[in-house]
Amino acid sequence: MNQLQNFTKGFFKENPLLILVLGCCPALATTSSAFNGLGMGIATTFVLLGSNTVISLLSDVIPDKVRIPAFIIVIASFVTIVDLVMQAYVPELYETLGIFIPLIVVNCIILGRAEAFASKNSLLSSFIDGLGMGLGFTMALGILGSIREIAGSGALFGYKFINGDGILVFILAPGAFIVLGYMIALINRLRKT
Amino acid sequence: MAKTESTLRNMVLSLTLVALGASACLGFIYEITKGPIETTALNKKLDAIKQVVPDFNNNPYAEMFRLPTGEGDSLDVYPAKNDSVLVGYAVNTYTNKGFSGNISMMAGFKTDGTIINITVLIHKETPGLGTKMTEPEFKDQFMNKNPAEFSLVVKKDGGPVDAITAATISSRAFCDAIQRAYNTLQKGGQK
Repeated sequence: MNQLQNFTKGFFKENPLLILVLGCCPALATTSSAFNGLGMGIATTFVLLGSNTVISLLSDVIPDKVRIPAFIIVIASFVTIVDLVMQAYVPELYETLGIFIPLIVVNCIILGRAEAFASKNSLLSSFIDGLGMGLGFTMALGILGSIREIAGSGALFGYKFINGDGILVFILAPGAFIVLGYMIALINRLRKT
Repeated sequence: MAKTESTLRNMVLSLTLVALGASACLGFIYEITKGPIETTALNKKLDAIKQVVPDFNNNPYAEMFRLPTGEGDSLDVYPAKNDSVLVGYAVNTYTNKGFSGNISMMAGFKTDGTIINITVLIHKETPGLGTKMTEPEFKDQFMNKNPAEFSLVVKKDGGPVDAITAATISSRAFCDAIQRAYNTLQKGGQK
């Protein structure tokens, strides 16, 4: 597989959220606005990049039987770094994402990529895979967040263009399920043709 | 490079090394971000104090004292002084009657107990409903009211407070937090 395909597969063919349906918990909980969705996506991308890179470097040195604990240590370290850095430099975003930043550790996308891709491929491929998967996830979260924000509060990135209240259900948890459901349905329809 | 075999020695060694490397990195990052994190938390509180009490030129943060609520805990009180004349108190109060979890607020009082302004620090209320308590439409009805004559009870319960539509619980919780701050301040005496 060439590197370009390796990069683009995260956006459509193997989009972690819309095709693999991984990482639903943060996707549903943090996408009440476009900004939050993108913030969560970027945090996840950073962790994915870091963990994929380090794991592809270490995979030969780490014995098979202890690879999962070792991967988790690496992933947890990157998540803690993101957690601390966000707390220090983007406190507003940190407050809205709250508990979901530490929970990136258990996001299936990260360990999934480490196990299925980074531990078997070269450094460059793993880096590109992490970048593509992360940005694909960010894109999906951004779209989900935008739809919810437009429908739910008549705004996009905090800029209001419809006066008055929106359709409240889109901001609440059920709205996330509804929008994500339709997005997956649309993607499946597109894949058939 | 050949794959390392899963012998006990290799497993222990590799896990130890990975953990060591990870902790070293984390320690390093922690040292870098420690300062900024503390500053942000401090600024947030100072901003909140500035919003709820009139102009002051002392450092309320340094003169903070604690007053017991009479319910087994205590509230942080920040006295605001202008040229050493006491102009008001900012009280970091809370309620656990919120619709989802605790609400932490900063309430500013004049020395006679009149409410100056209120700002919500931490809450997890329902977006679009309970979150309206942070907006002026709701908050402003408390400004310049003294809880001694303006009872902090919503209209539904026979009081004068206009509750937020569809968020009576959040409105009640809001009143509860102010009442707690007021009571604590009154009991603590005008120091």
